[in-house]
Amino acid sequence: MLEMNAITKRFGGLVAVNDVSVRFERGTINAIIGPNGAGKTTFFNLASGALSPSAGSIKLDGQDVTGLRADQMARRGIARTFQSTTLFDNATVLDNLIVGHRLRTRANLIDVLLGTRRLKDEEAACRSKAREALDFVGLSHIEARLAGDISQEQRKRVAFALALATDPALLLLDEPAGGVNPEETEGLANLVRKMKGLGLTVCLIEHKMDMIMNLADKILVLNHGEKIAEGTPAEVRANPVVIEAYLGSDHADA
Amino acid sequence: MRHTASLGWSALLLFGLAFPFIAGNDYHLTVMSTAYIYAIATVGLNLITGYTGQFNLAHSGFMAVGAYTVGILTVDYQMPFWGALALSGLVAAGIGFFVGLVSLRLKTHFFSIFTLCVGYIMYLLIEKWESLTHGTVGIVGIPAPESIAGLDFSEPRTQYYLVLAFLAASMWIMHRIVNSLLGRTFMAIRNGDDLAQSLGINLMRNKLLAFMLSVFFAGLAGGLYAGYVRFLGPDLGRVEHTFDMTMYMLVGGIGTLAGPLLGAITVPWLTQQLQFLQDYRFVVFGPVLVLLVIFMPHGIVGTWMARRRRKAAQLAAPVAPVLRAVTARKGAHRA
Amino acid sequence: MELFLQQVLNGLTLGGVYCLVALGLTLVYGILQVPNFAHGAFYMAGAYVAFFLMERMGFNYWLAMAGAAAAVALISVVSERLVFHPLRKAPYLHHMIASIGILLFLEAGVQALWGADFHRMSSPYPQVLTLGNVALPAQRLMIIVAAFLLVLLLQLFLKKTITGATIVAMAQNRDGAALVGIDANRVAMLTFAIAGALAGMAAVLYAPINLVYSGMGHLVITKAFVIIVLGGMGSVPGAIAGGLIIGFAESFGAFYISTDYKDIIAFALLVLILSLRPQGLFQKGAR
Repeated sequence: MLEMNAITKRFGGLVAVNDVSVRFERGTINAIIGPNGAGKTTFFNLASGALSPSAGSIKLDGQDVTGLRADQMARRGIARTFQSTTLFDNATVLDNLIVGHRLRTRANLIDVLLGTRRLKDEEAACRSKAREALDFVGLSHIEARLAGDISQEQRKRVAFALALATDPALLLLDEPAGGVNPEETEGLANLVRKMKGLGLTVCLIEHKMDMIMNLADKILVLNHGEKIAEGTPAEVRANPVVIEAYLGSDHADA
Repeated sequence: MRHTASLGWSALLLFGLAFPFIAGNDYHLTVMSTAYIYAIATVGLNLITGYTGQFNLAHSGFMAVGAYTVGILTVDYQMPFWGALALSGLVAAGIGFFVGLVSLRLKTHFFSIFTLCVGYIMYLLIEKWESLTHGTVGIVGIPAPESIAGLDFSEPRTQYYLVLAFLAASMWIMHRIVNSLLGRTFMAIRNGDDLAQSLGINLMRNKLLAFMLSVFFAGLAGGLYAGYVRFLGPDLGRVEHTFDMTMYMLVGGIGTLAGPLLGAITVPWLTQQLQFLQDYRFVVFGPVLVLLVIFMPHGIVGTWMARRRRKAAQLAAPVAPVLRAVTARKGAHRA
Repeated sequence: MELFLQQVLNGLTLGGVYCLVALGLTLVYGILQVPNFAHGAFYMAGAYVAFFLMERMGFNYWLAMAGAAAAVALISVVSERLVFHPLRKAPYLHHMIASIGILLFLEAGVQALWGADFHRMSSPYPQVLTLGNVALPAQRLMIIVAAFLLVLLLQLFLKKTITGATIVAMAQNRDGAALVGIDANRVAMLTFAIAGALAGMAAVLYAPINLVYSGMGHLVITKAFVIIVLGGMGSVPGAIAGGLIIGFAESFGAFYISTDYKDIIAFALLVLILSLRPQGLFQKGAR
């Protein structure tokens, strides 16, 4: 459903991503792995619209979306999480999630000033969507807790919920299991499977190999900004080029 | 918590209505009325700085624009005050559109430097463009607002209630904005441009809207100032006024609804009490500002509200460490 | 032709002063990552200290300048320790407000001590040399020479000494420098001290051909911001080039276009350039 064709990104003289092509099929879980500095986050930024490619094209469900801004991509159904999510620590968890559905609403300044029916309905819709998303990630019980008081793993789930509240078709998760212990990692992996169960397409960057190998349908391996391998976990695991790339770096999990 | 908020606002309004009867003399009315005018401008600044995270250092320049719109139109072109007042906010917002368009693309501190320069340009233009603004001489003899329904607006008490009415209206509008999806959008932007964009928020459109709204308030406040004080000078546009308003926001609580209002009212009164400090007030207030920013950055209202929220959250969902671990595990299994 | 040369001289004079102020500001930006609005007040404080030393204590000009440099360096370091250091993890808005607090305090302070009047500082070199029809006031020549020497000394310090290199490293990449084991606190204090000293000296150089008053730092600091934004925050060559460019633009603008609006030139330049190129003139820009 998301096609990245011959994507290249240059920053001045530095080529961060070089001629990478990949397709993310609908309803699959895809992983992007590679040593540090391989260009994974840059690739994500290109997919989400945070950066526009120096060359190449991006197609979403057959439509050309190359060069669209991140907010435009979000409206077309591409949601994205970050390695660290800034939440309103002084607001409740639920409160944090309400703005997630904003992009599907049309209330404007006039609606706000006049207090129209549309505004009230849309605010209710955002609130119920927030509850729904929070329930999906299994955190309904902390909806009234202050966002500054929750654990790291819970923060990760809230970040997922925020992305889910945008009603996406494709989720880009940047290191969703960063900073959580193995048991919690398994929990988050199950959550990703649950998303697939909903029909969502997921793409994640991760360093935790165990998690990836058991979770992903397809893996894309980047090194120095280039695609060095692509395939199922079994294929990638046995690929000598991949092993070589990882042996050359400080990777504990590989 | 909703109920306490409504009670609080009603109490403030009652105080405002009763003030002229409590106040000793017209001088106190003047201090309060001027405070209200600056409160309107400060509340506007709070929208772009406190809620949307962009520190606009040209804010007092926009207030001067509004003031001079009224001054020039009423004195040089004999336009009725009310018409000029309506224009004061719109002219400021119009200029704000163009300034915002070029400046809001900039990273936050560049935006502040840019607006600092714009503010200076505005002040220098007002001072030097004598054919339009009367230069350093300023505009004198601005007529009082024309009478409506027999009310005489040159009378101090009536003037006070007029300004109070505008202040109340401004707070009401701000209340609507801030508590709506639009307000949440602004706050999401303050939290981080990247995150806001990934939630589908059009940064430029929303920042521009916040900016134009905020300088509309500044322009309106300027227009009211012109009609109240009845003479203007270029000094109105100096960046020191923006610094003053920044301090009101910080003392009261940046990014809260009541904070800028409380700050804008209490700080001038405090300065009045420290009368001997009038010209050197910043010998005291400078360090106070620094201390506040270090130790109480959320201001009075902000700190108080944070405490209340914390209490409410504790009551709603009490946390025992063991319980938390168990529920988290349960959650993971269910997920 | 003579008029042109006259403006060149004025441009160099102004440019020299702006360079010194902008250099300090750009080095400090590298540490703080936030523009220090108090820098203009440091500049002003330097002039007042020197004025006090000259008029009340009878120091000569050069001793007064040394005293001013030391005093402002001290004020600068104290600001860093008491204000900016505690705020290092706070959002940039708080830094800006705190620096404004320092600015307001210093300005009110000098007014409280010495009144709100304008003061004149006497120049040690009141002679005016002439080259053909061009008037070369000795004070201006001295400013140019002194500014040039100071910039040279600074460059030598930054390039040839280890301490200097660590300052540059931190100014360009604070986190990276910390990783390499550079003591951030020491470097921060030293940088602030140098920046303060430069600003103070610049003020003492310029004061004899201008006036000493509490607002004298306002325009200078705003222009210094323009310079470092255009020249690249944290960039020493950028600050030097930018200072000279603005100095010349103002001198020529004042003469050939309008004296009234000359102060707008720097701001208009900033507005124009950032409108067209939001990322600034250099890669490490505004976006």
